[in-house]
Amino acid sequence: MTEAQRTPRILIGKPGLDGHDRGAKVVARALRDAGMEVIYTGLRQTPEMIVEAALQEDVDAIGLSILSGAHLPLTERVMALLRENDMADVPVFLGGIIPGDDLPVLQEMGVTGVFGPGASTDEIVGFVRGAVQRG
Amino acid sequence: MDDLFAQVRQGRPRAIARLITQVENSESVAETAVTALYRSTGQAHVIGITGPPGSGKSTLVNELAKGFRQQDLRVGIVAVDPSSPFTGGALLGDRVRMRDLAGDAGIFIRSMASRGNLGGLAEATAVVVKILDAAGFPVILVETVGAGQAEVDIAHAAHTTLVIEAPGMGDEIQTFKAGILEIADILVVNKADRPGADRTVKALELMLHMGEGGTTRHHGRLLQTSAAAMPSNGMWQVPVQPTTAVQGTGIPELIAAVQRHRQYLQASDEWLRREKDRSRREMEHLLQTRLLRRLQVVVAPDKREALVTAVATRETDPYTAVAELFSQLSA
Repeated sequence: MTEAQRTPRILIGKPGLDGHDRGAKVVARALRDAGMEVIYTGLRQTPEMIVEAALQEDVDAIGLSILSGAHLPLTERVMALLRENDMADVPVFLGGIIPGDDLPVLQEMGVTGVFGPGASTDEIVGFVRGAVQRG
Repeated sequence: MDDLFAQVRQGRPRAIARLITQVENSESVAETAVTALYRSTGQAHVIGITGPPGSGKSTLVNELAKGFRQQDLRVGIVAVDPSSPFTGGALLGDRVRMRDLAGDAGIFIRSMASRGNLGGLAEATAVVVKILDAAGFPVILVETVGAGQAEVDIAHAAHTTLVIEAPGMGDEIQTFKAGILEIADILVVNKADRPGADRTVKALELMLHMGEGGTTRHHGRLLQTSAAAMPSNGMWQVPVQPTTAVQGTGIPELIAAVQRHRQYLQASDEWLRREKDRSRREMEHLLQTRLLRRLQVVVAPDKREALVTAVATRETDPYTAVAELFSQLSA
């Protein structure tokens, strides 16, 4: 094993109370098939749980799946906790039902990618690869 | 690096997490880390949890960790899941069952992918255990990949090995087979609320009692297990503990058994014997790796390739080829 090899570690989490995790599982599977190590945290996580897991697992990127409509406050809290823990450099991307009007707000918070129901897994894998390399 | 090691010794989660990533990815960092931290290790009780996929290992780890926390013991958890042999990717899902442990600063959970290692653990798992030990966790739970019959590495990495079975996994012939059941210090029948649990407990107890009155193998050592040589004589008798992890049933009894086993190890010479066994394996493994690397330096790649071709085309045999390689090592 050489120093240059580093298998990307990605956390896929579902903050909030919606119970639909099909999308999160599809993305987790696609990233796994792309050769990444995916830490899947399951349903109904608080932002605190997600950031704690991201810290302990030392992940290279965080994907949040939110369909509840509460993406703005949940994402804001996750980003604040990442800053508190000196992890602001970890890229965060979002999936779920996110209205277009909210995109500028999310970008302002520091979210680097947003993927709706129409996004292909290739697109998401490509984005994560790029985000991890820059990091 | 020294700064990072100091922070690890203070138990700082971010430092622990970062060092683990580095030792997973680089053997030379692993060497530096172990050299720096080894003298701070040896304090933790390392408990292995193994068993077939779906038997409830992660849920049981969740319950065990909660139980140790009630005794105010900090708990480090290493959970290993398999890597894909095709893409190298992995889905590490053990945290899904450990959500009760979130938000507790006395708990540190790390998921690891096996990265092609057979035997139920990842190559770097032993180093990760040392990091958590040096970070001051008095209890370290190591959950293996879902294990079948022969993934027994955990027995050499842990002081106390729990083998988890669930009802309905086969008849009692399965319990007579060599392999994973032999490494158990404690046998756990999880999902004990399911039909057939009593039969599984009985089959396992029968398997254990079959050893009585003759000799049996325990951790590779031939033991006299006549009834007279049992607990009264200080010998460990493997208990069969039914649990229903999702309800927490049987967990206090299981924790008591784990702690009895620790006392047994420390009161006998078993603790030191197991530490020596582990150290010997670790050193032999490092020596193998080093010899192989030395060989790759001493013998040019084309020369090695020529020997491989000669073996493949039956010009020579593997033993003769290796003898030739080895002669160049000692030359």
